[in-house]
Amino acid sequence: MAQTHEDLVVDLKSVSKHFGGQVILDAVDLQIRRGEFVVLLGASGSGKTTLLRMLSSLDHANSGEVRVTDSSTVVFQEPRLAPFHRVWRNVLMGLKGDQRNKAKALAALDEVGLAEKAFSWPKRLSGGEAQRVALARALVRTPRLLLADEPFAALDALTRIRMQWLVQALWREHTPAVLLVTHDVEEAVLLADRILILKEGRLAVDIQVEVQRPRRAGEAFAQLTEYLLGELGVSKEGDPLNSAVPHRPGSPAVSSQAVA
Amino acid sequence: MEVLRKQLEYSPVNSKEALQLRPVVADGGGQAPGWLAPRNLLRALAPVLVLVIWNVLSVSGIISQRLFPSPLTVLQALWDLVVTGQLKSALAASLARGVIGLVIGVTLGIAAGTLAGLTRIGDQLLDSSFQIVRAIPFIAVVPLFVLWFGIDEKPKIILIALACIFPAYVNTYSGVRHVDPKLVESARLFGLRGIRLVIQIVLPSALPPILVGIRYSMSTALLALIVAEQLNSQNGIGTIILTANSALRIDIMIAGILIYAALGVLIDIGMRVVERRSMPWK
Repeated sequence: MAQTHEDLVVDLKSVSKHFGGQVILDAVDLQIRRGEFVVLLGASGSGKTTLLRMLSSLDHANSGEVRVTDSSTVVFQEPRLAPFHRVWRNVLMGLKGDQRNKAKALAALDEVGLAEKAFSWPKRLSGGEAQRVALARALVRTPRLLLADEPFAALDALTRIRMQWLVQALWREHTPAVLLVTHDVEEAVLLADRILILKEGRLAVDIQVEVQRPRRAGEAFAQLTEYLLGELGVSKEGDPLNSAVPHRPGSPAVSSQAVA
Repeated sequence: MEVLRKQLEYSPVNSKEALQLRPVVADGGGQAPGWLAPRNLLRALAPVLVLVIWNVLSVSGIISQRLFPSPLTVLQALWDLVVTGQLKSALAASLARGVIGLVIGVTLGIAAGTLAGLTRIGDQLLDSSFQIVRAIPFIAVVPLFVLWFGIDEKPKIILIALACIFPAYVNTYSGVRHVDPKLVESARLFGLRGIRLVIQIVLPSALPPILVGIRYSMSTALLALIVAEQLNSQNGIGTIILTANSALRIDIMIAGILIYAALGVLIDIGMRVVERRSMPWK
C-alpha cells in the first residue's frame, strides 16, 4: 500500500537505543497510520516502555530517525494527577488560552462517565476513576496519536475490562491512532488492529488482526492468543521454567495449570 | 486427593471445638474523654501543684515575696497591663516588627529555596553560601548590628528577617527537591514549563514542608524578637520587661514573659489551623 507522509503519525527509521553496553532498541522501523489501533506487546525489559517514551519525546534515540506527530498525548500506568487540583483542573493541565476551557473539561469527563466527580479532589477517586480522569485529560487535547503505557496494569480485573471497552469506544468516536503498550495478550487481541511484539530490541512480530469487532472469546480469538503467547515464550504446556514472562492470574497461560 | 482428605480431617476448622468464637469487644465508639477525665486531671497535677506550693511559700514569707511574687500577684500585674492599655500598645509594636521581619525573611527563604532546589545554577550559587551563613548563630551578630544599623527599628527587623530566612529556605529546598518526578514529567508533557510549572505543580507539591518551614520560622522570629527587644527599645513587650527590671517589679517581668509564651503558643495553634485549611485536598 502506498503511503503518503500525511497518513503517518509515527515514522521510525532504523532507530537504536543503548544504555551502557546494553542494547535496548536495535534498528527499529515502525510506521503507524492515522486512526490505527496498535498494541505493542513484550516482556518486561523488552524495551517497549523505552520506545513509548521516545515517541512522547521523554527519551531520545542514539541513532536513526524519529518522526512523530506533534499532536500526541500520553496515558501512563499511574494516573499522575496533581493531588492539589480538582479533577476538572487536572483535565486541563497545561492548556492555555482558548484551550483552557472548563466546559470542554466537563464534556470530556462526561465522556468517560465521571461528570459527577469533576469537582472532587483526586484523592477521593478510586484507581479506575483516576485512570479515567487521565483518559479525559488525553481526550480533551483531541490528539492524533494517543500513547498509553500499560494504562490498565494497576487496575483490578473488573475495572480493567470496563476500561478496555471504554478505550475502544472512545477510539471509535474520536479515531486517534493509538499505541498501547501492554504485556496482557488478551488485551492486545481484544483491542488491536495491529499487534507488535518487541523481542530483544527488535520488532519480532507485526501482524494485522482480522478478527471481527466487537471481539468475544472464540476460536479465532483463542488461536491468536496462543500464537502470541508462543512468540512471547509462554508455551501451552505451561513449563514453569519458561513462564518468566509476566502474566496475571486469569490469563490462559496459568489457568490451565491451576485446574490440574 | 488422598492428601487433601487427610488435611480436611485434621484441619481444626472442621472440628466442633474450633467453632467457639471469641467475642470481639466493642470499644464504645471512641468517645472523646471529657475535661475532667482522670488522665487530664493527672496531667494537670504537676503544674497545679507547683503553682500552689509557690503561692504558699511566697505568701507565708518563706521565700522572698520580692524576688518570687506569688502567682496571684503576677496575675494582678498582668491585669494591670491590660486595663492601662500598656499591653495593647506594646503588643502592637512587638507584633508589627515581628511580622515585618518574618514576611521579609520567609519570602527570601522560600524564593531562595525554590531557586536552589530547582536549578543547578541556583544550587551552586546559593546553597553553600546559605549553609555558611546558617552556621552563624544569629544572636551572636546582635552587637555588630547595633553598631552597623543603630538602635532603632532597623537592626531589630533585619535580625528577625535574618533568623527567619533559614528555616524557610531549608524546608523549601528539600520540599522542592522531593516533588514527585513523575508528576513533573507528565506536567511538562502536557505543556507546563518554567514559571507556570513552578506555580501550578512544584510549589503546591512542596507546600507541606514549606508550611513546616514557615512554622519554624515563626518560632525563630519570636526568639529573634525577644533578643532584638533587649536592645534599647522605645516600645514593645521587651520594653515593659526592661522597665520593670530597672524598677525591680518582678511580677511585671514574669507577666511579660508569660505574654511571650502565649504568643508562641498562639503562633503554633494558628499555623496548625493554616496547615489544615490550606490543603483541603489532603
